[in-house]
Amino acid sequence: MMLEARDLACERGDLRLFSGLEFALGAGELLWVRGPNGSGKTSLLRLVAGLSRPAAGTIHWRGEDIRALAEEYARELLFVGHANAVKEEFSADENLAVSLELAGRRSSAAERAGALERLGLAARARLPSRYLSQGQKRRVALARLCLAADVPLWILDEPFAALDAHALDTVVGLVDAHLARGGAAILTTHQEVTIATRARFTIALGD
Amino acid sequence: MLGGLKAIVARDLRLSMRRRGDVLNHLVFFVIVVTLFPLGVGAEPNLLRAMAPGILWVAALLAAMLSLQRLFAADFADGTLEQMLISAQPLGVIVVGKMIAHWMVSGLPLTLLAPVLGVQFDLPQAALVTLVLSLGIGTPVLSLIGGVGAALTLGVRGGGVLLALLVLPLYVPVLIFGAGAVVEVSSGMSAAPHLSLLGAFLAISCAVAPWATCAALRVAYD
Repeated sequence: MMLEARDLACERGDLRLFSGLEFALGAGELLWVRGPNGSGKTSLLRLVAGLSRPAAGTIHWRGEDIRALAEEYARELLFVGHANAVKEEFSADENLAVSLELAGRRSSAAERAGALERLGLAARARLPSRYLSQGQKRRVALARLCLAADVPLWILDEPFAALDAHALDTVVGLVDAHLARGGAAILTTHQEVTIATRARFTIALGD
Repeated sequence: MLGGLKAIVARDLRLSMRRRGDVLNHLVFFVIVVTLFPLGVGAEPNLLRAMAPGILWVAALLAAMLSLQRLFAADFADGTLEQMLISAQPLGVIVVGKMIAHWMVSGLPLTLLAPVLGVQFDLPQAALVTLVLSLGIGTPVLSLIGGVGAALTLGVRGGGVLLALLVLPLYVPVLIFGAGAVVEVSSGMSAAPHLSLLGAFLAISCAVAPWATCAALRVAYD
């Protein structure tokens, strides 16, 4: 098992969003977190990413608590949150370079150009991101999926929001390829997408 | 690790160059405040000379404080800070990098500008040199301590006032010994004790502030 959650509980203020949540995720497996707005999908993803602490329970990565692993775990992880982390002052290319640097990965200009082209941003790679539309900013944030083949765990919060059909297909293809390589992925989405995988688990929150 | 630090500093500096207005804002503030004093107080050379260290230091301190909110707020708003928290780089390295970059666009230009403005107050050359030295040692302390305050007030409504209340008490010793060093030299004594104390403040804040800032940032997201 790559990722294991044991007896996980999450609270927001006084509200208990979920408790006693358990799941295990192995190589090539996809965890699909579903539920209505406010049911705790994003909170769960943030717990798994190590951004916030669970009210109870632990999360283990390859058998070790992610709290103890800290940066070692962060290196194995790619998190695309609700916020795009795209700087308006930077171009798509610069934004991609910075996010890869934060992930501890040096990138060549050619690699970045290839990734941006795949997401349909080739013509706008040098434009300051404030001139990009919401969907295009989302694509900039998602472009690093193209260069994250060696990152075993992908956590994607609403990756398909604001994307058009073509970009959606591209991103689904990237997730497919990641799972086929033996990676694991956790995602939330309200859209119906088909992702080819050996095993797909669904957690339904808020029931 | 050093490569990561350099990358963060370079990123923040590049970002500041794209937002030149923000950077110039507090420099202009500094120049205006310092320039208005001789006009308001009147051209009495002895009075001006006596007041100069205090005025220059207070203005520099306020200008540095004005720029504090920018330290983490933009990265917090657009989600970059979130990525930094789960970055492959240790958070401490990122925080130190951001503080260095902040000092380079706030404290450093203030330090270089101060002797030019000091001439308006007819400060002797020895006092101008000490002014640069004291600001050079003191302004990094302002950025370091300010970073803790900026991280603690992240996402708080009306955080600006709270930030001022939090960091001002810690700024006061820096102000006293920074301005004091210049006063000592003006009256013909040695500035060494004051500058040594400033150096001690710098050493302590270098050791404590990044660590406290990391803790505050983690709390902001918890």
